Amino acid sequence: MACVTPLTPASAEASPLLRLSGLTVSFDTRAGRTLAAQEVALSVARGECLGVVGESGAGKSQLFLAVLGLLAANGHAHGSARFGDTELLTLSPAALDRVRGRGIGMVFQEPMTSLSPHLTIGQQLTETLVRHLKLSGRAARLRALELMQRVQLSDAALRLSQYPHQLSGGMRQRAMIGLALAGEPQLLIADEPTTALDVTIQAQILSLLAELKRERAMALILITHDLAAVAAVADRLVVMRAGRVIESGRVAEVLKSPRDPYTRALIAGTLTLEGAAPVPAARPPNAGAAARPGACALTLEGVNVQFQVGHGWLAPRTALTAVHDVSLELPAGGSLGIVGESGCGKSTLARAALALLRTSSGRVVWMGQPLDGLPAHELRALRRDRQIIFQDPLGSLDPRMTVRQLIAEPLLVHERALSGADRDRAVAAALAGVALGEELANHYPHQLSGGQCQRVGIARAMILRPQLLVCDEPLSALDLPTQAQILTLIAELRSSSRLSLLFISHNLALVRRLCERVLVLYLGRMMELAPAALLYDSPRHPYSRELLAAIPSLDPAIASGRLGQVRAGEPPSPLSPPSGCVYRTRCPYAAAVCAERVPVFEEVQPGHRVACHRWRELP
Amino acid sequence: MSEQVRILPRCGWGEAKWRLLGNRLTALALLLILLIALLALLGPLVSPWGYDTLDWQHLAGPPSLTARHWFGTDRLGRDLFVRTLDGVRLSLAISLIASIMSLLIGVTFGAIAGLAGGRLDGWMMRCVDVLYSLPYLFIVIILTTLFSRGSLAALLVALAAVGWLTTARIVRALTLALRRREFIEAARATGLSGPAILLRHVVPNLLGPVAVYATLIVPQMILFETFLSFLGLGVQEPHASLGSLIYGGAQEMESAPWMLLVPALFLVVLLLCLNLIGDGLRDAFDPRER
Repeated sequence: MACVTPLTPASAEASPLLRLSGLTVSFDTRAGRTLAAQEVALSVARGECLGVVGESGAGKSQLFLAVLGLLAANGHAHGSARFGDTELLTLSPAALDRVRGRGIGMVFQEPMTSLSPHLTIGQQLTETLVRHLKLSGRAARLRALELMQRVQLSDAALRLSQYPHQLSGGMRQRAMIGLALAGEPQLLIADEPTTALDVTIQAQILSLLAELKRERAMALILITHDLAAVAAVADRLVVMRAGRVIESGRVAEVLKSPRDPYTRALIAGTLTLEGAAPVPAARPPNAGAAARPGACALTLEGVNVQFQVGHGWLAPRTALTAVHDVSLELPAGGSLGIVGESGCGKSTLARAALALLRTSSGRVVWMGQPLDGLPAHELRALRRDRQIIFQDPLGSLDPRMTVRQLIAEPLLVHERALSGADRDRAVAAALAGVALGEELANHYPHQLSGGQCQRVGIARAMILRPQLLVCDEPLSALDLPTQAQILTLIAELRSSSRLSLLFISHNLALVRRLCERVLVLYLGRMMELAPAALLYDSPRHPYSRELLAAIPSLDPAIASGRLGQVRAGEPPSPLSPPSGCVYRTRCPYAAAVCAERVPVFEEVQPGHRVACHRWRELP
Repeated sequence: MSEQVRILPRCGWGEAKWRLLGNRLTALALLLILLIALLALLGPLVSPWGYDTLDWQHLAGPPSLTARHWFGTDRLGRDLFVRTLDGVRLSLAISLIASIMSLLIGVTFGAIAGLAGGRLDGWMMRCVDVLYSLPYLFIVIILTTLFSRGSLAALLVALAAVGWLTTARIVRALTLALRRREFIEAARATGLSGPAILLRHVVPNLLGPVAVYATLIVPQMILFETFLSFLGLGVQEPHASLGSLIYGGAQEMESAPWMLLVPALFLVVLLLCLNLIGDGLRDAFDPRER
């Protein structure tokens, strides 16, 4: 909570640790000089956290690269950047090197690019310690271990002897933070430190940063596109757009009463649980019909999906269980959200449901017809009723086809009798249905924005009027305002046709807006299945609670409160799942019984099931 | 907002074309190739001599304007200008056809293997491995002697039989990479069958890289054809290819150096230009290199 305790504004103004004034960053390109940042003025004091928010391309990263003298060769910086009493822009490279080592630490978005792949974590850390702190080798190794323990890296001693690729993304980011702290900097600049990570790990890293800032009275600059991260950690906030600072102030005030319309749009675009009243149109108009018993569109019965890992011959083949014994029912016109961290098998489950990959055991039943063992051509014919939208909007469109060809392709497969003119009419209607202009029909995917590409993907999926739409993280590759638009579009499509929806996401706030029921997956196993309202109000499974705690919030009090509940821990490898309950290694309530027996997926009340030995005893 | 329409005037190919022509060396090579091709087509029409007319007045004569033997004559008094251009034409035609044949076989084979995967892929690629390990020169010699010596068909088959192996390997690797792309899965989810995916999505996306590879395979084929003709396995008298001309010139190297220099010069310029175009194409299709 201390991280949001306001510093008095006077003290922040009195001794700024870093003060930028009139800082302009420009690049010489073939097309002439482009400005990445213009006349930026901001400051950060000791013990304070400044959030710098903006969409990608707003110039926020380049601004701080310029401050650190790390611009590309064609970049120029003018103005002033004072760090304490030193003017950074005119400093010699050697002096800058000293500042970067001891004064300012930096954490980047993808730690893999800033960690050297052929040195162990320990080697990289001790090297830094020996160089900047002039420690002896032995002292440096001890200090490195201390640092790794401080950033809560599990099995710190083991991690020191490992190479970066052997660590998970979250562990790498922790190691990177440890590395940045090695020189005991007064200022830590974190550039999108959580963007590449899972929600739960995001929350862990943010909470670690907040703790470190408090403990070391260090200044922290958090560069991000994610307002919720800023709300949780930062004291003050600067909003950047197109290279300019358009709004700044204390986090609570700016979030409560933003002055600039762009800030307002950003706030409106952030999906939080508080504002997550289900999109009204999301309810099917004929809910009565959907509730009719026996009208199940899609049924999964004890589905297992295993992949063979290893090549035989020398490396022994082992089976990786991606989905383990999943049974579910999706009523016609109903909607089901599948949530969980990356690697929990949710995409695999979706592909199994679409018969895009073979199940190892269990049955997938579509409209009363089992899909397993169906001849290939019959299966293909059935595909017209079940369509999918992918995570990567650009990657799921053939780069050599125009928008018109892409959208018309399903018709060529399933409606061969259609004349060319009819097909063009259908394509025009589909384009209109996703609010794209007809003039885009002759464009190629790379000429469109991410949001437009996703609309094309949706138009392509919807042109056959399918009965089931599977959305595999359809929003996670998009900018915030675009996310909200696509979300509304999916909700509208659902209300206008009797469409069943299988919505996969790691973002629980998002699922809440679209889905009536939610399934929580962990390591390919069902943890909890409940009506959305019940899951969000009274989650039974500890893992559901952890996921809920990781949901972003724009209310600083709630956000930092949730950060306080965040626990360390990452999913174990699916190659060697823990015995008994797979979640027990991360579960704060784990007991002896959890390691011995696999919990039954039992009913809490009709429609609400949970796989936990101790759900009755939990607070 | 990111939703605004961004209209770019050019599609992928158009952009690549501009990058290609923007590269001065490549543009020059393209121009030179066009000139040589034009010369090979029209040159023999301008000259009063045919490729097999004997001029008894000028046996092994040096280049001269008055005798209208612009590149000189060979030992039998045949005009080298006409014979060289004829050779260029024949070499270009043979290597182009052989390249196209090997590309057709290689792309089909490689794409099917890559897309099918699993056991079929394994067997198909083992076949390629076995063919690779046979000494190709023996195959070619056997093929050309099986057919009547000097038959053009035999030469073409021999060239293509060797050329498609590398193409198949490259295309298979490209297809394997393509197969993991999401739009192939999207096509499967739409309900396209395997062959339809191959034709509609895999092959069009292979065209760019394969076009680059093709411009690099043509000079290889020219070189190979020249080599075979030099050994006497390729084009037979009285017809000339660059290879047989160079062989003839090498015999008279000391007394009539032009007989070697002229066809050799054409060969070198041709190969250099084609290789430059191939390099330029590769850069044009891969803008990351800039």
